[in-house]
Amino acid sequence: MSLITTLARLEAVTTGRAQPTATVRHRHLSERPLVLVPLTTAGEAGAPLGALVGTDREAPRLLVVAQPRDRELRFAFLAELADVVLPYLDSYADVVEAAERSETDPETGKRVKVEVELCADAPQLIVPSRAGVDFVRLLGRSMRFRRTAEQDPETPYPAPARVPLLGRWLTHFGERSRVPGSSLLTAMTEVLGRHWATGQSSLEDQHLGAQLAWIAPPPGETGAQAALRAELARDAAGQLRCPPAGPATDPAFDNKLLAPAIERYDRARTALAAAEDGLQADDRLGALTAAEQEIRELVRSRTLPTWNKVWEGLDLLRALPEGAHVEERWTRDRWSFTGHRDRVVAGEPPQPRRDDAVTAANKLATREREQARLEAQEALDDPLVMAGRRLAGEAFAGEVVDVVMAYSESKRPSPRPLVTVRTDDRPHLGERAKVFRSLGGKPQAAEFVGRDGEEEDGLLVLRIVDKMGRGKEPEVGSVPEKGDRLCFTLFEHEQRGGAKLPDPEDTPWTHGGPPGEQAPEVPDSVTQEDVL
Amino acid sequence: MTTEAAFDPGTAATRATDAILRDTLHGTARGVVVDSPPGAGKSTLVVRAALELADAGRPLMVVAQTNAQVDDLVVRLAVKNPELPVGRLHSSDADPYDKVLDELPSVRKSAKAAELAGLPVVISTAAKWAHVKVDEPWRHAIVDEAYQMRSDGLLAVAGLFERALFVGDPGQLDPFSIVGGEQWAGLSYDPSASAVSTLLAHNPELPQHRLPVSWRLPASAAPLVSDAFYPYTPFRSGTGHGDRRLSFAVPPDGSGTDRVIDEAAESGWGLLELPARHTPRTDPEAVLAVATVVRRLLDRGGAATSELSPDPASLTADRIAVGTAHRDQAAAVRAALAELGVADVTVDTANRLQGMEFDVTVILHPLSGRPDATAFHLETGRLCVLASRHRHACVVVCRAGVGDLLDAYPSTEPVQLGTLVKFPDGWEANHAVLAHLAEHRVPWRP
Repeated sequence: MSLITTLARLEAVTTGRAQPTATVRHRHLSERPLVLVPLTTAGEAGAPLGALVGTDREAPRLLVVAQPRDRELRFAFLAELADVVLPYLDSYADVVEAAERSETDPETGKRVKVEVELCADAPQLIVPSRAGVDFVRLLGRSMRFRRTAEQDPETPYPAPARVPLLGRWLTHFGERSRVPGSSLLTAMTEVLGRHWATGQSSLEDQHLGAQLAWIAPPPGETGAQAALRAELARDAAGQLRCPPAGPATDPAFDNKLLAPAIERYDRARTALAAAEDGLQADDRLGALTAAEQEIRELVRSRTLPTWNKVWEGLDLLRALPEGAHVEERWTRDRWSFTGHRDRVVAGEPPQPRRDDAVTAANKLATREREQARLEAQEALDDPLVMAGRRLAGEAFAGEVVDVVMAYSESKRPSPRPLVTVRTDDRPHLGERAKVFRSLGGKPQAAEFVGRDGEEEDGLLVLRIVDKMGRGKEPEVGSVPEKGDRLCFTLFEHEQRGGAKLPDPEDTPWTHGGPPGEQAPEVPDSVTQEDVL
Repeated sequence: MTTEAAFDPGTAATRATDAILRDTLHGTARGVVVDSPPGAGKSTLVVRAALELADAGRPLMVVAQTNAQVDDLVVRLAVKNPELPVGRLHSSDADPYDKVLDELPSVRKSAKAAELAGLPVVISTAAKWAHVKVDEPWRHAIVDEAYQMRSDGLLAVAGLFERALFVGDPGQLDPFSIVGGEQWAGLSYDPSASAVSTLLAHNPELPQHRLPVSWRLPASAAPLVSDAFYPYTPFRSGTGHGDRRLSFAVPPDGSGTDRVIDEAAESGWGLLELPARHTPRTDPEAVLAVATVVRRLLDRGGAATSELSPDPASLTADRIAVGTAHRDQAAAVRAALAELGVADVTVDTANRLQGMEFDVTVILHPLSGRPDATAFHLETGRLCVLASRHRHACVVVCRAGVGDLLDAYPSTEPVQLGTLVKFPDGWEANHAVLAHLAEHRVPWRP
């Protein structure tokens, strides 16, 4: 945790209110996000209990698995989920714009520009918390290898056709969410945590209700009081007033309400199966429907508060203006979405269970590059974030007090003006350290020459080394002038692309050699736990 | 004990080196792995292997991890064989290599690999090699500091050579990634793991060697470092207890700093213990204590006697280093030293001190003043690097109470299926070092 975040948290404790750690919004928010509030069954990894899902704040769709261990019901739930999610995704897949991408020409081996489609906008999935992101990933993993009756008529539990497709999409969203700064799949607590520092630990911040209590406490209450109430307050029946954001449920709910309801449902089902005549069956069907309705109401009662809180969080975030580089990062999300759309259309197989060596290395390189890019862009977009970097000695701001023209010692001397900046910051400048400032959105580099006077004077002499044009005289506006207020960073503003890794079929001997012909992934084998 | 008497460090080291060179030059395996404890002559081995491979007429590429390491190797090669043409492949940034190389006539420098083609030895960093494309791979490669290299770094360059000698120190800091890579933990080719672990996971039959003698660490330090950090691959010091001596012209003034200096000069280790307290990272009292110890080391006219020369060498600023865990701590120490009028003392983090050697080191204990012990601060390699840079003595500056802190924070890193659990863990290594330092403790109240 950076020093400025620690300070903000301390300030939140003393003031009783979360403190902003950003002045702009650093993540993209869709105009029409798909909010998903899933619940899972305790003790049954990957067995969904239900979900509220939809794009309309006023009309969420409630999906419930009345008996979570019943695979038929689980598939019905997943198929229903696919019915909501897939049309939403498709609505973005069809609207495209023309774009260019450089590709290697297979014949000449040269890099050439290719006209391609780029989706004009991309869908955005919002879940309440980080655990929700993990659950989306888990659902994706559990679905993408399912066999449909069409693929394999022998399969004992054929999945509806849309289920494997939804699994592939959720897998893609889950993988993309691991890229720093991406917004295709977003956890509300994470985004809120990026923009506000509460007076509680980041672990406690994963409780959406408690986090929002700090950010917007009800009148007359401090954030700490409201957060404590959100975490612990129970009604007369012993149920939490603010249910956890899931997907895990509160044990008191599981034991006192859910388990008896599911038992009643099971009994009603058994009774219906044993019905001896039509009249009896009609009666018992009524009882079954009532039992199912009861479970639906229970699930709704646990998800609806969270659903509302997610939208409240969206309101808070939408009130912030969007950061300057957010659009650029969202464009990469659009490329990611378009890329997966194309892979699905091209009939490629689902993502493999494990990445091969080259794919894993490429993903890691991308994420490291995006992380560095995100940190730089957030600081450039937001003076409050930059203040944190300045406090950490990674940047400094000050006034230009002197500019002396100088030239490089070469056959064609280029301008190398010496700029003296007075700053109150204490940057960790090493000998000949490189620093950068933003000049019309492009980084201009300078070299730290030394201090003028004592350290307390805060006078830093810098030599500007680029972005001054080709001539002997620097271009107008390219050299700082006396009186300018400037901010220099010790970190680079733009990231260089990494080295190209070998193709997977050229994996070297040190990494096990080529992975060989990709055998189609076999579906997960059916275990005892699957058939209860 | 007959083995004690029979152990001759010179012979043991030569035997190991000969076996390594035999496998490298005449073996059939595609790779040879050499584990080298701190100061065991790794660079000497690399230079010797490079010269012998060049002599044998095998085109050689050398992969090191940093530009400083590359320049150092180029200079060492040129010193050993001024006739041998060496190529230094460098980046196209400003000042890409040490200017010293300009004075070496046999060294050709270029940013393009094609311009260095045909030279017997070409040296560069892993990052630069990753951008090189070749039609015909090199017959041989030497990968230096292979334990510091990440698996994905090796993936990018492994296509450039047919066979390779991998040399490194398994006890130093593991490579790291700024983003999480848990999703690949347990895979043999986990891109954020070290290059050697991937290499050996896929090629377990490769011959593995170990250099048995540390020439840097004194007899007082080798047993501790060996026991604490290399319990299953022990090593010895090349020198005996009487071979090195550190003495001071100016008698002690009775202060805690002088007492700890004398303790370290006498026994090789000194622990300057400040009263227990939770502090910010740049603990002003501890930083001042570090700076004061350095100031007194210089003021008292130290002289170091060693096997290198019959005459004592004076302990100058460039023979002293300060090691810290964090960059801001290093910056704070630098500022405090400047305040006390000390210049030219190396002050840096463990990461940057890797591979360097000094007569005396002063280290700020990574856990000093901390309320918690995170995986970063417990990392075995960090303490190992800090505790193994010195030829004569090491002074540790620390707040009291680290032992209790360790007991309150046992290692809780999740164990991932399929990953090699490293022994000892940082917790255990920290306790071992602390127990030893306790015998050389000098309490001090600033």
